[in-house]
Amino acid sequence: MGAIYRREMGAFFTSGIAYVFLAGFALFSGLFFSLGVIGSGISDMSPMFSSMFIIVVFLIPILTMRLLSEEKKNRTDQGLLTAPVSLTSIVLGKYFAALTLFAIAESIVFVYSIIVAVCGEVIWSTLLGNYFAMLFLGAAFIAIGLFISSLTENQMASAVIGMFVLFVLYLMDSLASNIPVEFIQKAILSASFYTRYLDITRGVFNLSTVVFFISVSVLFNFFTVRVLDKRRWG
Amino acid sequence: MIEVRNLCKRYGDKNAVNDISFSVGKGEILGFLGPNGAGKSTTMNMLTGYISSTSGHISINGVDILENPIEAKANIGYLPEIPPLYVDMTVDAYLNFMYDLKKCKLTRKAHLKEICDLCKISHVRERLIRNLSKGYKQRVGLAQALINNPPVLILDEPTVGLDPSQIIEIRSLIKKLGKNHTVILSSHILPEIQAVCDRIIIINKGVIAADGTAAEIANKLTNEHKMTVRIEGTTRTTEDKPVVAEALRAIDGIKYVRADMEREKGIYDYDIESDDEVDVRRAINNLCREKGWNILMLQLSDMTLEDIFMKITTGDITAIKSDEKKPDLSEYDMSFGSDNVAEEKTPAEAEESPEEAAEAEKKKEDSPKKKDKKSKKGGNK
Repeated sequence: MGAIYRREMGAFFTSGIAYVFLAGFALFSGLFFSLGVIGSGISDMSPMFSSMFIIVVFLIPILTMRLLSEEKKNRTDQGLLTAPVSLTSIVLGKYFAALTLFAIAESIVFVYSIIVAVCGEVIWSTLLGNYFAMLFLGAAFIAIGLFISSLTENQMASAVIGMFVLFVLYLMDSLASNIPVEFIQKAILSASFYTRYLDITRGVFNLSTVVFFISVSVLFNFFTVRVLDKRRWG
Repeated sequence: MIEVRNLCKRYGDKNAVNDISFSVGKGEILGFLGPNGAGKSTTMNMLTGYISSTSGHISINGVDILENPIEAKANIGYLPEIPPLYVDMTVDAYLNFMYDLKKCKLTRKAHLKEICDLCKISHVRERLIRNLSKGYKQRVGLAQALINNPPVLILDEPTVGLDPSQIIEIRSLIKKLGKNHTVILSSHILPEIQAVCDRIIIINKGVIAADGTAAEIANKLTNEHKMTVRIEGTTRTTEDKPVVAEALRAIDGIKYVRADMEREKGIYDYDIESDDEVDVRRAINNLCREKGWNILMLQLSDMTLEDIFMKITTGDITAIKSDEKKPDLSEYDMSFGSDNVAEEKTPAEAEESPEEAAEAEKKKEDSPKKKDKKSKKGGNK
């Protein structure tokens, strides 16, 4: 797992994806920070975090698109799958590499907190709450993106499908409100990423939300392992 | 070392590999031959655990590849058809990655240096794999397989893309590795298989069509042995022709003699067919010595590996297994000795004329007149 993790971290930077991702994250978070936080003269960064949801929806598939699809296309998966390592450690090595890069990108908020500290007081509890909420959200999205990457040989397809799926997850709330059947509506809402995430940015730190995001991550990493395993049996 | 029992792989209705069984001992070099789509790569992919088998068992070093994949894979070094290289890495970074991935416990620096020296890639270690030529990529692929010194090496067409002198190097490297490792290699270059492998398995349409040394396989395919002899008679005119032919026909075991055309002035070739149990070469030699004739050339024209391959894969023969023993004529079949001459040749020869690798040559010691023609070679198709 360690070897794969280190290789993926290196590959993020040699392929340029890391720069695109970090730049994109810094640009949009900076924009929302200056408009939503500095512009409105508050020291709470929650508005920025809630706006970032939609940005993450489009940025994460860029991070995960090539993780497994490229291996399959270049036949480098033959090297990995015939090495004495388990499928789980291959998947987790890649997963944690992407998650690390996401955490690095997100850490830019601590730069913003310095700016806030100059003008006012940083509310550390909400800042850290928001930081971890976004990290858990990213963890779940990366697992989904990695799973999609395992399904195709084409990076672009992987990215587009990833964005589509995550965007549907974002729209789930508005979709649910249009469904007249109550229990379906309830079921969809209870699985809503957006509602759960917004709750935290509003200051409701719910343990069930954390469990929800972690469960999604575990589930999709498990699916990814199954996809790789199934390919051997195909 | 490697045990394969009743191995099958089915893709939908198609049987890619159908009930293959064989075993490979320690230090054996096994060659996989077969036309495209015969199931060579599929078999190798199953051996290395890249894909699973539909049914059957594979054990590597006593470990079942499906039950205990990680332990089994630790015993294997695999060079797939397309080397699994990350083109965005330098050779050095890549080899270090594979070193970590294989959880190698050997001293990193010394081990990697040894492998790079073996594969002759030491001078490109700092270069990006993307910028390497196909031959170098192939060598990096081979280097990757050698990391952690696995007891079993599985090489899928290891010499593809290499230039002739590199091919010779890699072949001798494989032979050298074969002393301590069990090697399975596939190739479509027949002289290569012949030069390197102790044993050959020919796969056709997913089944083993032949298994054994080239000599054994050839013996099963043919009942008679043919040779061409160039004999210089006493008069060195056309008169020699019937005399020599008649004398040859009188030799016990020779079934058929045909005087061929005049190859050198007054000297003729004779095509001879003999029974498979009798080696008539000594008798011919004695005859010539008695009569004061000189043998200027003797060339066996038994089946080459190419002939065998063609005959099997075009469907003349269904299955030949080495256990159905026929009389051992390996001494007779000089053309199939495992210590083949191919390696001593110039690269160009080895590459361009596959049949030459299988040719036989005989040296006659007591031919003082034509020292320079004591041993002559020629294609034997």
